[in-house]
Amino acid sequence: MAFRAAVITFPGSNCDRDMATALAAVSGQPAIRVWHGDVDLPSGLDLIALPGGFSYGDYLRSGAMAAQSPIMRAVVAAAERGVPVLGLCNGFQVLTEAHLLPGALMRNAGQRFVCRTVGLRVENAASLFTAGYSAGETIRIPVAHHDGNYYADADTLDRLEGEGRVAFRYAESVNGSARDIAGVLSANGRVLGMMPHPERAIEPAAVDALGGADGRRLFEGILAALASA
Amino acid sequence: MKVRVLVRLKPGVLDPQGRAVHHALEGLGFDGVTDVRIGRLIELDVADGTDQAALTQMCEKLLANTVIENFTIEVSGSTEGA
Repeated sequence: MAFRAAVITFPGSNCDRDMATALAAVSGQPAIRVWHGDVDLPSGLDLIALPGGFSYGDYLRSGAMAAQSPIMRAVVAAAERGVPVLGLCNGFQVLTEAHLLPGALMRNAGQRFVCRTVGLRVENAASLFTAGYSAGETIRIPVAHHDGNYYADADTLDRLEGEGRVAFRYAESVNGSARDIAGVLSANGRVLGMMPHPERAIEPAAVDALGGADGRRLFEGILAALASA
Repeated sequence: MKVRVLVRLKPGVLDPQGRAVHHALEGLGFDGVTDVRIGRLIELDVADGTDQAALTQMCEKLLANTVIENFTIEVSGSTEGA
């Protein structure tokens, strides 16, 4: 199927190439690269991806400056039209700062940068982004972040859980996140933000070196879900 | 005119940095410290007559993340909180 994905690059993004590589590897079609200063997105997009990194040097708060960049106005408008948006790591931070997802990502409870492969439990396998997994399954995905400690007030957390909007939960202690939340969905299920890096775990041939290939199924699931929609 | 914006974590939001600094102070032998909270001070130089509504918008849109933070705006000696 034709698949048009855009990867946004902010100054300080450093996983944009990984994201583009993962999307191209799974879809067979190159991702369109978009610069933060662009005002418009390419037309007819099937997916917008916000990559990991340290946009604007994490000045002020992680993701805060990127959320105000010119392209984000177009991303917010596209999300409101229902275009799927995937934010990984810093991309998740940008999505919360842009109010496309609730809550905030605070400094890890242990103060340290956490960089290792962790277990994630798939809480909702019915979404566009998680269709490649089974509910309740535990997958292995790398994390690499300093500000991944998810915070939202108790009412918001209850609402997220009640509406099935917790996509992934850490299966081990990682960063102090409220209720071990690793990834959340928007109310309409068309926006996913998660701290772990599925785009770093896509090569079955390099399972030992690169910490697994469980991330590949996230991208395959998106394609399959879009194809059957 | 000079404006100072104080951005602080809301009460109840855990502050891992404050806790680590608290432990460090205790390690240095400073007794009697019961809590440490770390915030941010932002100094702005703005056009005279910039109104309170504009300053509040600056805070709400960018300077503070109101999910986790409160802010206080101090203009030339006066203080208004939000």
